[in-house]
Amino acid sequence: MYTDPIMQESIKLVEAAREANIRLDPRRMTAEEKDVLLKTYHPDYRVEQFEELKIGPNKGGKVPIELAKLLQGNPRITAAQVDLSKPDYDVDVLVIGGGGAGSSAAIEAHENGANVMIVTKLRIGDANTMMAEGGIQAADKPNDSPAQHYLDAFGGGHFAAQKDLLYKLVTDAPDAIRWLSELGVEFDKAPDGTMITTHGGGTSRKRMHAAKDYSGAEIMRTLRDEVLNRNIPVVDFTSVIELIKDDKGCCAGAVLMNMETKELLVAKAKTVVLATGGAGRLHYQGFPTSNHYGATADGLVLAYRAGARLLYPETLQYHPTGAAFPAQIYGALVTEKVRSLGAMLINAKGEAFMNPLETRDVSAASIIRECSDRGNGIPTPEGFGVWLDTPMIELKHGEGTIEARIPAMMRMFGKHGIDIRKEPILIYPTLHYQNGGVKITDNGQTDIENLFAAGEVVGGIHGRNRLMGNSLLDIIVFGRNAGQQASQKAKEVSVGTLTLSHLDAFKQELKDGGIDTDVASPKLLPDYARRNNTI
Amino acid sequence: MSNLVNVYFFGKKYQVPESLTIMEAMEYAGYQLVRGCGCRNGFCGACATIYRIAGDRTLRACLACSTKVEDNMYVATLPFFPLVKAVYDIEKVKPTEQIMMQLYPEIYSCIGCNACTNACTQGLNVMQYIAYAQRGEYEKCAEESFDCVMCGVCSTRCPAEISHPQVAMLARRLNGKYLAPHCDHLDERIEEINSGKYELLLEDLMGKPISEMQELYNNRDIEK
Repeated sequence: MYTDPIMQESIKLVEAAREANIRLDPRRMTAEEKDVLLKTYHPDYRVEQFEELKIGPNKGGKVPIELAKLLQGNPRITAAQVDLSKPDYDVDVLVIGGGGAGSSAAIEAHENGANVMIVTKLRIGDANTMMAEGGIQAADKPNDSPAQHYLDAFGGGHFAAQKDLLYKLVTDAPDAIRWLSELGVEFDKAPDGTMITTHGGGTSRKRMHAAKDYSGAEIMRTLRDEVLNRNIPVVDFTSVIELIKDDKGCCAGAVLMNMETKELLVAKAKTVVLATGGAGRLHYQGFPTSNHYGATADGLVLAYRAGARLLYPETLQYHPTGAAFPAQIYGALVTEKVRSLGAMLINAKGEAFMNPLETRDVSAASIIRECSDRGNGIPTPEGFGVWLDTPMIELKHGEGTIEARIPAMMRMFGKHGIDIRKEPILIYPTLHYQNGGVKITDNGQTDIENLFAAGEVVGGIHGRNRLMGNSLLDIIVFGRNAGQQASQKAKEVSVGTLTLSHLDAFKQELKDGGIDTDVASPKLLPDYARRNNTI
Repeated sequence: MSNLVNVYFFGKKYQVPESLTIMEAMEYAGYQLVRGCGCRNGFCGACATIYRIAGDRTLRACLACSTKVEDNMYVATLPFFPLVKAVYDIEKVKPTEQIMMQLYPEIYSCIGCNACTNACTQGLNVMQYIAYAQRGEYEKCAEESFDCVMCGVCSTRCPAEISHPQVAMLARRLNGKYLAPHCDHLDERIEEINSGKYELLLEDLMGKPISEMQELYNNRDIEK
């Protein structure tokens, strides 16, 4: 329900132009146009928002200011506070994180006979995977191929992807879909079994597989059910606050902290899989986020402190269509599938100002331009937004399409009195994804021996921008891979004496780098509590 | 600042802006949440909440992340509810009526009170999907329950002690694995990849200089 007179006036313009707009196919921008647009309007290019790292493996490189503070923050413990001689847990494979990548890794490690355990700071399934709506890519149609998928992803990521990782992503994709299907994930299919697939921004073939607009939730709840069926221990409400190494310099476990009682525990492991996810809750540059409550870059901090390099940590993805109104859902994800199904981006004057299926970085920059220099945004309580003209979907595909294909979106706006079948919605870019992260090889291992990583915490698979549907894919492909590789490696590892000496070394580095900070990291949770005269 | 309303968290009164969700209102009141907070957007079911409005006898349920506060709202969060989750091997179960009898026999004790449906935070017809499960109609059960976020509020209200979200989870997996039509083109593509059909093509792409890749990318043909 839109009661604001300016919004109501603008909606009239959108409605009046709808018949004409729906017949348009706005041309795609040229490479040069995109280049100028990104440099002028994309948040990644605001140099004052980045800081040079003074210490660590990426010394001299730039990262968002908020991340720099955490990467160069103080450990929460000293080595002396933890007794490493009597571990509370002793396993083959320790998986840190209970999202899609961590759960996939745990299932595959278990399948390979390992004694595997998951530790997660919230509940298993409290993860960005659960919130992924639109779909998962795989080149499995006759007019498509892994090579075409490679080209789309490589170009969409500005030709910066780590080639061996991208090769693995696209060639393992169909098998990832089959693995999920065989676990019971309900993909949208035609009666003859053909996958119903759509475009995402920047795809050249329709290869987006979906489970309505609950794609990630459907995958996550199935993986969670499978983890529980296998009786894989899940230590929940327990965060990892440091990695443990052995005297040979290999990763050999982690220091855990009960999130409620603050009790410290020690987990010893032959191999460790880092699957801690992203960083949206750091609210880079003050952006709202589509991420879950625990997305605070913990994995980057843990790995960096232990000596692992990061790749492209300065590249973030702002999803072009975060909800801009009402305030209660500010920043919540409006799936790209809304555009895949035919809704167009319309400015305050009712103009279709761009092709709705440009890549995410280009779309976000274009919306920011529309709402800033061009002055074509619609004022909202939090700033500005443009319209995403959802009623177009049913004009194109018939009544009932929205309820059948994007029920979560209908429900999310319906709770606030907006019927997306009849009324357009207001959107603005929201912090969505960490393109960069910990560098890995194609066997999933980081710079640190026996420390593997998978999921959003990894950098390099997508280059400098990720296409829709390649993240659900990467958590499955690289989550499975990390689980297989880590459990295989565990068979030949004998753990030496446990140590936290890298913490002392890190503290010395902080001192030598002239960094005097009161920031403790990893952050673990965002702080949203209002402090009103508290002690 | 919008108008303030009175909200009672676990019986204690706080004044909060009326525009906030219950979750935001708790944070406004000063709570640093650990439990009962997940995706903050209606997908994960972490923030199941029950409430009454003073003067109204109806007990209501919602997700704290996507429900606005109201004046004189008495709120209790339900960050955990002990659902029964039967353990099974997905490779060995079959989509027969017997499997429900075996794993979740309590569903046959449903007395048809509809309390589950009335309590559902997603507005689902929970009692109907349990009826489908009783009859072994797993495809229908899967479809009817698809939007379930497994918050567990339905089960708190059930006199027959059914763990509805877990019943639906089993039905969806049975449907996805055994009942949904098989996808042949997926098998064919995996076969092609395994036989090395795309190796040369991919190696060629991976070996090309950036300028050539840019040329290819910028001029690629896009399916309508």
